[in-house]
Amino acid sequence: MQFTRLALGLAGAASIAAPLAFSAPAQAQNEQFVPALVYRTGAYAPNGIPFANGRKDYFALLNARDGGINGVKIVYEECETGYATDRGVECYERLKGKGPTGAAAFSPLSTGITFALTEKAPADKIPLLTMGYGRADSVDGSVFQWNFPLTGSYWDAANILMQHIARQAGGADKLKGKRLALVYHDSPYGKEPIAVLEEASKRLGFKFDAMPVTHPGVEQKSTWLQIRQNRPDWVFLWGWGVMNSTSIKEAVAVNYPREKMFGVWWSGAEPDVLPAGDGAKGYYSLALHVAGAVAPVHQEMIKHVYDKGQGAGKKEEIGEVLYNRGLMDGLFVAEAIRTAMGKFGNKPMTGEQVRWGFENLNLTNERIKQLGYEGLAQPVKVSCQDHAGVHSARVQQWDGKKWNFVSDVYRANQDLLRPMIKESADKYAKEKNIKAGCVS
Amino acid sequence: MAFFFEVVLGGLLAGVLYSLVALGFVLIFKASGVFNFAQGAMVLFAALTLVRLMGWVPFWIAFPITCVVMIALAFIIERVVLRPLVNQEGIILFMATLGIAFFLEGFGQTVWGSDIYTLDLGIPKDPMFILESVFDGGLLVDKLDVFAAAVAGALVVGLALFFQKTKVGLALRAVADDHQAAQSIGVPLNYIWLVVWSAAGIVALVAGMVWGAKLGVQFSIALVALKALPVLILGGFTSVPGAIIGGLIIGMGEKISEVYLGPIIGGGIENWFAYMLALIFLLFRPQGLFGDKIIERV
Repeated sequence: MQFTRLALGLAGAASIAAPLAFSAPAQAQNEQFVPALVYRTGAYAPNGIPFANGRKDYFALLNARDGGINGVKIVYEECETGYATDRGVECYERLKGKGPTGAAAFSPLSTGITFALTEKAPADKIPLLTMGYGRADSVDGSVFQWNFPLTGSYWDAANILMQHIARQAGGADKLKGKRLALVYHDSPYGKEPIAVLEEASKRLGFKFDAMPVTHPGVEQKSTWLQIRQNRPDWVFLWGWGVMNSTSIKEAVAVNYPREKMFGVWWSGAEPDVLPAGDGAKGYYSLALHVAGAVAPVHQEMIKHVYDKGQGAGKKEEIGEVLYNRGLMDGLFVAEAIRTAMGKFGNKPMTGEQVRWGFENLNLTNERIKQLGYEGLAQPVKVSCQDHAGVHSARVQQWDGKKWNFVSDVYRANQDLLRPMIKESADKYAKEKNIKAGCVS
Repeated sequence: MAFFFEVVLGGLLAGVLYSLVALGFVLIFKASGVFNFAQGAMVLFAALTLVRLMGWVPFWIAFPITCVVMIALAFIIERVVLRPLVNQEGIILFMATLGIAFFLEGFGQTVWGSDIYTLDLGIPKDPMFILESVFDGGLLVDKLDVFAAAVAGALVVGLALFFQKTKVGLALRAVADDHQAAQSIGVPLNYIWLVVWSAAGIVALVAGMVWGAKLGVQFSIALVALKALPVLILGGFTSVPGAIIGGLIIGMGEKISEVYLGPIIGGGIENWFAYMLALIFLLFRPQGLFGDKIIERV
């Protein structure tokens, strides 16, 4: 009796498994696996969700409209990190080997996770896309061969903000004797700009106060009382999630003018200002791209994804700042894969091949227009020497309802930053015993 | 000098906000000896329920509905989690509340979403200045914090009357003293637990409203519970006035430390300094400032 049951069970299992065993590999041969480290729950979810939606939607669009990339279908899988480094590493380990060629690239959306994966990625031969975040010195591709901080680093951001306040003050020489406070998330992310601001403070002669705020940033009373006491001429805000809106609310509570507050590009989205209501009016931040559903890709998204009920979020959220950033992140991964296919053939790419694609990525204005990102993305040309590809941003201001550009495009001063990047990258190479050089 | 008083005042008012959350812990611990780790999650769940209901109905309808939801939640917790665990070790009940916390955090976000929801209770948010004749420019006070202090004061008075002047309050105190003895004289334990979890749910709602008005209703307000822990260690787990006094000391201590000690040792110290302060108290008064002294007979 027991034997009969066992035999029946085995036969049943085999009948279910057999079609999978024979058809799955054949089907998967022409699929490109793209992993996603996301945070849709937890303290940082209000910022993590729109980014995750934009990124996911872009790959859904490529599959729905184009059948994938050059005929290779994208298989997309998310893993929830909750913005925690340990969970991020766990997700990376779980996803890195999936698909016929493994993960194409990882976008951690967390500087802490990026720091942890920077040592793992070279061993696994998987590139890390850290668009506008991560290690500033990873711009140097001869040391950080697998990191791609496309569109700029926090050192670029700090330098651009310094240029902007110098212009407001009537010249860099006018900063002498002034006072600048940095209110920052007490994490690897928040600490990144300190080196550049300390250097600027010494060079230009202004006083600099670095003021940490502990995770998640809901209690900032003492920080803002100090700001009320010291009355800095400007406050730079390097926050994430609830910390940003709390900072703006505390600024209101101590009567600090929002027109003197400047956030980095991760402190300049709708969830950062809307909870503060009218108190956020006049607040500035850096912008990596325009806010709003202004590009042809947004219309394509509605037509091919949302009108078919396949969107990751709500239709009215298309065009929000962090949604657009997710779209851009998706674009960079997709175009790195496409660039790699140009060299290695139209088939699923390995992480190593995608790395080559990133390092040879050249998004011209013409190509951006073809992709429907006109008005959203700026040209990017990556090289071994410059893994960011572009180092510019604009300043935007919140008017109570929407973000408006209030400056031209600033380009970070590479003459100033390059020696710092080289020094830091060389130090890292020495510590980790990395042989610096470009990978062909 | 004015700045020092401003820091002290800011700390005291922040401390009142911590006390609001700590009160919920005290209520449940006092009546059942259970350290309810889910109190922070209850604050989040209550605030999310209220703010999402306010999307459809006005506040005066949303508030009682949320109270009913919190009472229903207390009923479910009592039936599904606590009743099967009557007379179990305290640590088992604590672990059960840990499970409730994770469930509520996840369930709340699944049902109501993970966005930031603005909760406007009509409380003015602009700063006000007091004692302008004494200090040059006056002392800055946050109106929202003053409102929170008033709410906390009213809650304490209400809870004190409830515990001291009502039959249910008397039964609650009997259960807190000894479950089995209270049961043996006919106090219905399950009913008492339902009452106390409902009361803690409504305290969570009030705390959620104040914190939600301050920060926006979103996941981070569940983490505010972590601020209540040093308050409880210091004030005692069984004392309502202890939760208030503990909150005031912790709030003031952490702000003074951050402002005056922080710049010397790198800043960002207020979170751990609160725990250190509580630990120092623990060395001298393990039961907290107002907690019941533990006497074990051998």
